[in-house]
Amino acid sequence: MATDKYYVPESSPWPLTASIGLCMTAVGGAHFIQQSTMADMEPSFSGKPLFFLGLAWLLVVIALWWRDTIKESVTGLHSNQLGGSYRQGMLWFIFSEVMFFAAFFGAMFYTRWLIIPWLGGEGTGAMTHELLWPEFQPMWPLTETPGGTTTTPMGAWGLPAINTAILLVSSITLTIAHHALLEGKRGTLILFQAATVALGVIFLGLQALEYVHAYDMGLTLDAGIYGSLFFLLTGFHGAHVTIGTIFLLVTLIRVIKGHFSEDNCFAWEAGAWYWHFVDVVWLFLFVTVYWL
Amino acid sequence: MSTAAATHDDHHDHHHAPTGLKRWLFSTNHKDIGTLYLWFSFAMFLVGGFMAMVIRAELLEPGMQFVDPEFFNQMTTVHGLVMVFGAVMPATVGLANWMIPLMIGAPDMALPRMNNWSFWILPFAFGILIFAVLMSAFGAGNPSAPNFGWTFYAPLSTKYGPASTDLFILSVHMMGISSIMGAINVVVTVFNMRAPGMTLMKMPLFVWTWLITAFLLIAVIPVLAGAVTMMLTDRHFGTSFFDAAGGGDPVLFQHVFWFFGHPEVYIMILPSFGIVSAIIPAFARKPLFGYASMVYATASIALLSFVVWAHHMFTVGMPLAGTLFFMYMTMLISVPTGVKVFNWVATMWRGSMTFELPMKWAIAFVILFTCGGLSGLMLAMTPIDFQYHDTYFVVAHFHYVLVTGAIFSIFAAAYYWLPKWSGVMPSKLLGELHFWNSLISANLLFFPMHFVGLAGMPRRYADYALQFADYNFWISIGGFWFGLSQVIFLVVAVRCAMKKGEPAPAKPWEGAEGLEWEVPSPAPFHTFDTPPVIK
Repeated sequence: MATDKYYVPESSPWPLTASIGLCMTAVGGAHFIQQSTMADMEPSFSGKPLFFLGLAWLLVVIALWWRDTIKESVTGLHSNQLGGSYRQGMLWFIFSEVMFFAAFFGAMFYTRWLIIPWLGGEGTGAMTHELLWPEFQPMWPLTETPGGTTTTPMGAWGLPAINTAILLVSSITLTIAHHALLEGKRGTLILFQAATVALGVIFLGLQALEYVHAYDMGLTLDAGIYGSLFFLLTGFHGAHVTIGTIFLLVTLIRVIKGHFSEDNCFAWEAGAWYWHFVDVVWLFLFVTVYWL
Repeated sequence: MSTAAATHDDHHDHHHAPTGLKRWLFSTNHKDIGTLYLWFSFAMFLVGGFMAMVIRAELLEPGMQFVDPEFFNQMTTVHGLVMVFGAVMPATVGLANWMIPLMIGAPDMALPRMNNWSFWILPFAFGILIFAVLMSAFGAGNPSAPNFGWTFYAPLSTKYGPASTDLFILSVHMMGISSIMGAINVVVTVFNMRAPGMTLMKMPLFVWTWLITAFLLIAVIPVLAGAVTMMLTDRHFGTSFFDAAGGGDPVLFQHVFWFFGHPEVYIMILPSFGIVSAIIPAFARKPLFGYASMVYATASIALLSFVVWAHHMFTVGMPLAGTLFFMYMTMLISVPTGVKVFNWVATMWRGSMTFELPMKWAIAFVILFTCGGLSGLMLAMTPIDFQYHDTYFVVAHFHYVLVTGAIFSIFAAAYYWLPKWSGVMPSKLLGELHFWNSLISANLLFFPMHFVGLAGMPRRYADYALQFADYNFWISIGGFWFGLSQVIFLVVAVRCAMKKGEPAPAKPWEGAEGLEWEVPSPAPFHTFDTPPVIK
């Protein structure tokens, strides 16, 4: 089925329309945030409505764009070389995601290893400590900020440990599904991929439960740097699990439709790589945010 | 299934170029998208240049004349952002789009639709940013545009940032998405689309430098996204990343920003190294001296760029060990950079040199970029940096590497490849006028900045002490002169676009080497549908 010719689409309306959607989402998002967090900002069309309109627009365009791509794939226009481009592109995209998380992990280690000791008077921070916050005690997790806000740290061995186990098991189920795909065992593939999606959904549910629990015990987004790092790291991870779950759900539907074979399964493998990436980020999170 | 594929293939083989507006809006063609990028970047260059002239008009004389200090701050901020993200970066991406597939014998970029998306995000992102400036200049009430400098340090951009900061944050996110997709496209094209026989060490140096640039982009643009995200949550959701009272630190912002910002500097200059490495051998009629060492030097610069970021923050307060580490690492960068400069000089040594327009710009690049590199070496030394930090000496330094460096090399590239893009030779007379006016005015503009900087004039102020008046007068004259000189290039480019001028042969430069000269001028809509074989 594969062709030797490198497929270059004639033209496509989706990039431009996606840019329009992105622009609406960005402008609407900025105004939406302002209008819902600042007292002197009146709600207007350019806020919440524009944001959701832009988001819906963007989702529709991306769906139409990928429909085109899927059509090309199932009609055999994709050469092996094009498959290589997709694979390499996906790997570099995941690398960029790794660097996004690296910024937040870097911020966390900088906070733990340098800021907190300095605020406590170490190194060149003696006068800051003496003059601004003489009462401040350096510690991690930071349960009392220099400004006096207090919070409670999230323990590692309750829900987070269960969630770690769930993601580790989901990695195994997905690998079994991958082997089944390569060996052409459709039943096993569908079963184990569905199990992976279910585990993703359970993970997200437990994560939401953990957030409710955190807010109940005073661990909030505005409770100082510990809360900031905790919610942004786990929050962005959760957002990525959501994307990964949707990704696996879409490829599951495509498996059922019979789109993949052992030598034409880029989209499936891209979803699997993404899922493993999300797992690895979680392991780092579990060790550095919850445990140590 | 196979019938459908065959019909489509036949259709595809007709090679009729799409016409009208649709050709540009829906393009999947690397040449058209490259052209869009180049025109867009030139438009942004003029917009950013206009802002620079507002700055220089205010600084022509001491005292306040034209704008208030608040608007002056907005001008310095948006001038920097527009030039970095809107002029230099898209210009080099445009060159990459046009030239990389031609240089490696590929039918197009690896992911043509994503390529178009990378481009079309940019006009919207900059539309948002420039809209904020127009609102500030002419709008109702007093809505300030971003006013915290192009480095948007916290807390200026968090606690004290104007409302438009949020639009700025989202617009940076959009530019980031565009850059990351563009960079992924370049890397994949280089790794996956080379013609048979085009091994990595046979690639033109422009392809190599862009490959490494793209790697840097994919590595650091997400970190910038992280920085602006932390800004957004600090501004609106009560997080404390950059607030010491909550256990964070404004200095953390500077670390995260410069971890992006320093590699960003090389993102802007590495493609220039590639351009100059193509042009100098062509007009010296000798192969590039030390090709392999050029490749390794580029890679070394890129790797070192990840461990030098804190040299932008020597005066902020750091442990001594950190300061020393960043000082030595920064000075180490001069080694691979020196390798490059010596290689260019050695390429010219005893060459049969002629001085056509691209060569003139390239030689100006080598000399003036080296000037900027040497002032950079001075700034790298911590004790000396304490004296120079945030003075006009720094402004002189980075304008030497970015204007007479990056932008001069982009003009060199334009004059070198315009015959291939348009099919006509750019006007020699106008080109000479453009070159000499730009060369003299740029030096009048930037060289005296060294002196006022050493004498202690701080950057980013709308007014200055009387003793700086004479130099500033001449700097401003140089600024207007340089700005107006760029209108000459607009005429050159429009004439080429309208096909006015002497028709260009497939290879207009006698000593030029590379696959791009084997296709006719102008390059046909589709090239290398069947890959060429490289000996």
